[in-house]
Amino acid sequence: METANIAQNGRRLVTKNPMAAFLIVVGVVLIIDVVRQLATGDITFARILSLVWDGLMRGLVIGLAGIGLSMTYSILNFANFAHGDYITAGAFAGWATTYLIAGRFGAESSIGSLLLVGAGGSVFGGALGINVVSTPLAVVAGLIVACGFTIALALLMDRFVFKPIRGSGGIPLLITSIGAAFAIRYMLRFVFDPGTRGTTAAGAVPDIRPTIIDGSVVFTMHDLALIVVAGGLMLGVHLLLQRTKLGKAMRAMSDDQSLSRITGIPTERVIRATWIIGGGLTGVSGFMFVLWKGTLSWNDGWLLLLLIFAAVILGGIGSVYGAIVGGLVIGIVASTAVIWIPSGFARAAAFFVMILFLIVRPQGIFAGRSTA
Amino acid sequence: MSEAESRSEPAHTGTDEELETNRGTADVNEIPLWVRNLRKTFGGITAVDDAGFEVERGTMTGLIGPNGAGKSTTFNCITGVHTPDSGVVEFNGTDITGLEPYEVANRGLVRTFQIARELSEMTVLENMLVAPKNQRGEKLWRSVLAREDVNQQEYELVERAWETLDFFDIDHLAEEYAGNLSGGQRKLLELARALLTDPDMLLLDEPFAGVNPTLEERLLEHIHDLRDQGYTFLIVEHDMDLIMQNCSKVIVMHQGNILTEGTPDQVRNNEQVIEAYLGGEV
Amino acid sequence: MTDTEPDGEYAQRDDEEAVSLFGITFPNDGTMLLALLLTTYALYMIAGFVIGFPVRGLVNQLGQLTFWIALFAMSALALNLQWGYTGLFNIGIVGFMATGVYVTAILSKPVYGTGTSAAQVGGLGLPLSVGIVGGVLAAGLLGFLAALPALRLRADYLAIVTIALSEIVRFALLSNTLSEGTVGGYTLGLGGGNGLILDFTDPLEALIRALSLPFDLVTGQDGFLWTEIYIGIIVNGISVFTPGNPKSVIDTFAYAAVLLLILGGFYVLLRRTGNSPFGRVLKAIREDEDVTNALGKNTNQFKIKSFVVGCALMGLIGILWFGTQGSVTPNTFRPRITFYIWIALIIGGAGSNTGSVMGGAIFAAFLFQGPRYAKNVIETVLGEPSAPSSFAQAVAPILSADIVPFFLYTVDNMRQLQLVLMGVVLIVLMHRRPDGLLGHRKEIASSVPLDRPASNKSLASDGGETDE
Ligand SMILES: Nc1ncnc2c1ncn2[C@@H]1O[C@H](COP(=O)(O)OP(=O)(O)OP(=O)(O)O)[C@@H](O)[C@H]1O
Ligand SMILES: [Mg+2]
Repeated sequence: METANIAQNGRRLVTKNPMAAFLIVVGVVLIIDVVRQLATGDITFARILSLVWDGLMRGLVIGLAGIGLSMTYSILNFANFAHGDYITAGAFAGWATTYLIAGRFGAESSIGSLLLVGAGGSVFGGALGINVVSTPLAVVAGLIVACGFTIALALLMDRFVFKPIRGSGGIPLLITSIGAAFAIRYMLRFVFDPGTRGTTAAGAVPDIRPTIIDGSVVFTMHDLALIVVAGGLMLGVHLLLQRTKLGKAMRAMSDDQSLSRITGIPTERVIRATWIIGGGLTGVSGFMFVLWKGTLSWNDGWLLLLLIFAAVILGGIGSVYGAIVGGLVIGIVASTAVIWIPSGFARAAAFFVMILFLIVRPQGIFAGRSTA
Repeated sequence: MSEAESRSEPAHTGTDEELETNRGTADVNEIPLWVRNLRKTFGGITAVDDAGFEVERGTMTGLIGPNGAGKSTTFNCITGVHTPDSGVVEFNGTDITGLEPYEVANRGLVRTFQIARELSEMTVLENMLVAPKNQRGEKLWRSVLAREDVNQQEYELVERAWETLDFFDIDHLAEEYAGNLSGGQRKLLELARALLTDPDMLLLDEPFAGVNPTLEERLLEHIHDLRDQGYTFLIVEHDMDLIMQNCSKVIVMHQGNILTEGTPDQVRNNEQVIEAYLGGEV
Repeated sequence: MTDTEPDGEYAQRDDEEAVSLFGITFPNDGTMLLALLLTTYALYMIAGFVIGFPVRGLVNQLGQLTFWIALFAMSALALNLQWGYTGLFNIGIVGFMATGVYVTAILSKPVYGTGTSAAQVGGLGLPLSVGIVGGVLAAGLLGFLAALPALRLRADYLAIVTIALSEIVRFALLSNTLSEGTVGGYTLGLGGGNGLILDFTDPLEALIRALSLPFDLVTGQDGFLWTEIYIGIIVNGISVFTPGNPKSVIDTFAYAAVLLLILGGFYVLLRRTGNSPFGRVLKAIREDEDVTNALGKNTNQFKIKSFVVGCALMGLIGILWFGTQGSVTPNTFRPRITFYIWIALIIGGAGSNTGSVMGGAIFAAFLFQGPRYAKNVIETVLGEPSAPSSFAQAVAPILSADIVPFFLYTVDNMRQLQLVLMGVVLIVLMHRRPDGLLGHRKEIASSVPLDRPASNKSLASDGGETDE
């Protein structure tokens, strides 16, 4: 009976939904391959765990930044290609602050070098000894400035770039946002110079290295900081959407903008709130991303953007939980892909998953459920 | 072929080939459009529920029913915009169920839309010229390399397009962007454009909605003319009087079902119809 | 030119209609484009002369300017086919360009060990013409693969898919795995992060040698046009009057001229494509795909054709662009190149072929090459001053009212700033001139004039006789 049932279900799956069947087959093959690699000693459990952990951390960043993108995508109806550069802008603003404070306002190096986050190798983050434990004040201040600066940037951009053509449809807005993206990105490069800088001293971040099964896995204080900050903010957004009037209005608007105009939800206020929340989270994610990975470059946000789009699409545009879950999935895919494919293709794998999803299930995992 | 199996009418059980023999060849000549057991659901809503009817060649048949009765959805299922959940649609003796819209149109069954859908950033003439079938210049290589060939046909098509615009009295708008037309003019354009595809049969979804009375009069005249030339029409319309006066047969839909069909008189006096309309409106 | 006389409001042929650009009205498109080009060259020359730029440098600049104008105009034309006509939102252009030039490289690089760069991976050693055809086909094929599933997607999703695809292409080019390997006895590869040295015959030389075939038959010489005419007469002739070897400058010019010719070919090809029943269906798809389908057009097929042709052309442009640069590296193919081409298209107005050429020219002259030229000129004038090395050093003196360091820093970093400028220009265009600088253009998609046929003129509203 049982097997017959399974066989029948299987047949139905293959005929009704060949793509899903294909994905299941691929998944099974991948799992078998991992087992094989474990058996032959090509890979250790600890390594897999490290990769998954790395993916989770990345996923938190992507998810956090994805919430803002998803909200503007559904409420304002356009894919904002400048979103990645909001992340970078927030990171630079925040890190300039962190450097300034950690560098004791010029005591360690010239104020200019600190404010430019050590442009051209004039100051090194490692030399300032920045991390959550030794310079908590600098980190927290940086976080707050990153948040505030990105909010200001998002509002400014909306006021002068997007609002004037808000009525002309998603595609003109998308094209405009590409212009904004390049303007911001290269402005940052102009001011902060094109070099990639280390912001924290590699290895100097306090960590624990427990041995798990067959090897040691590293968990740092910055992992913990990221979990606390990202988790807390995600919870905050959840409460905001579920418990407040503003949250309800935002959900209504993402479902149907014209409807909420008729029903008298103050659209402009909701839009502003969207930019504030989205921008704030984005700035924080940029700052935390840099804290976590320890390097900062003018291109960071752009490189992250497509992964964020992937997460948002995966989760279903407009769904905040979708963005979070999508972020985690994409983060883990991008990190663990190296188990099976050459590392050069890890990011490509994440994009590939996104393309597949767009084609198979463009409405995302959380389709049919309204925002939140 | 699960549609064929699930069909409930005893006369039409079996395979599709049997179906055609059941209908007989004589039928095919007289009945271009033949629909059975059509069903379409959207999520929880059953928009069309076991609808079946046929349309005779060279007639104007009306399809009426209250708002949401499933008329447009029926059109969409016939013309391939939606794939029906089950049921059969035959056109000129061949099964066209589930074909792509362009395949249906190329077989000579062409529809217009309830809300006129002009190609707004193209001129009226351009709109018209999209329609003709089998244009040589639709092959990319010919458009680039064999201009003479293409041009020759283009001249013919341009002439036909002007004639048809003349026929509908919108030739003065030929150079206008379709988006600048009034609602009524768009309806005319849609019909004119559909005609240029050389159809056998036209499905018109509320062709008179938003058309002013004078224009409506003229449009009706044109449709009568065309019917006399041998075109077949299936028309969805809310204006009862108009349907009753102009159609030889009327099909009434209600909540996805075919409530009844018959001559205007029969339908007018049908209790169910009266109830459906009154019930729907009260 | 007989039907220039406006036929009431029915002046059909867009290229004979008056156009207005920057507030100046031109009798037709051709004059407008010519005036635009001449003005551009004049501006460049005036700037150069006033500053006292060396003649050789100036001439070289003009050659390069032509190169960029031709390339961006071609690119905008190809993109116009996809976006302007069909409404397919491709922001992965650079991926198709990379595919084109990389495949050409693999096909036409000398076999491993025989080329000038023996240390590098080799190629298949095929003639450049074969390589180019292969590159174009490969770009088209990639377009086909992308189009198959992507056609069902909304425009914004297609945008995301195409840009992701172009990044996947770049990752593939970067990857160590594909950088080197042996296939069927050949040592091939994409070169990884180091890229590939393009040690095949120089495209210009290859072209002239190919053209030389009939002459070679007559003269019995190999590459007569190249050795005797081009090198022997033109290059040597000019070198009599100039100090130093002028070959590189002449090469630049000759290649730019070839590109202009190819641009002409593009224009004819895309105009014919647009002004035809094929182009009409594409436009109809852009306006309303469902309606077009309901009128009996297999819209997917048209979309695929349009997308594939556009991508193949982009592949060709990639070859023409990067094939003469001596080498290619993956990180050249970043999305900013796609961004350039979109700006060029938006300047000219999506949907217009003439506009695309104009947009490409304006973009190349004033947004792309202009700032670089300005930097060049300013630095020459100021005698190659040394600019501050960081923004802080540039800004600090402003407090003491010294803006020179900031100015120098700005000039020095022109390449960054020019992208900021482009971004701003794109935003302003989308706000003020979303239809392009030429405004909304009525380019009619048909291969013949749509005037009412003479035989039909007398027919009034009495519509007795119709089709069939
Ligand atoms: N694409 C769709 N998705 C979901 N529901 C739909 C869709 N199309 C139609 N419906 C539903 O199916 C039912 C029938 O709609 P349909 O448009 O066919 O009615 P109709 O008879 O044409 O009405 P009207 O006279 O107002 O045009 C309605 O309840 C409608 O809401
Ligand atoms: Mg309807």
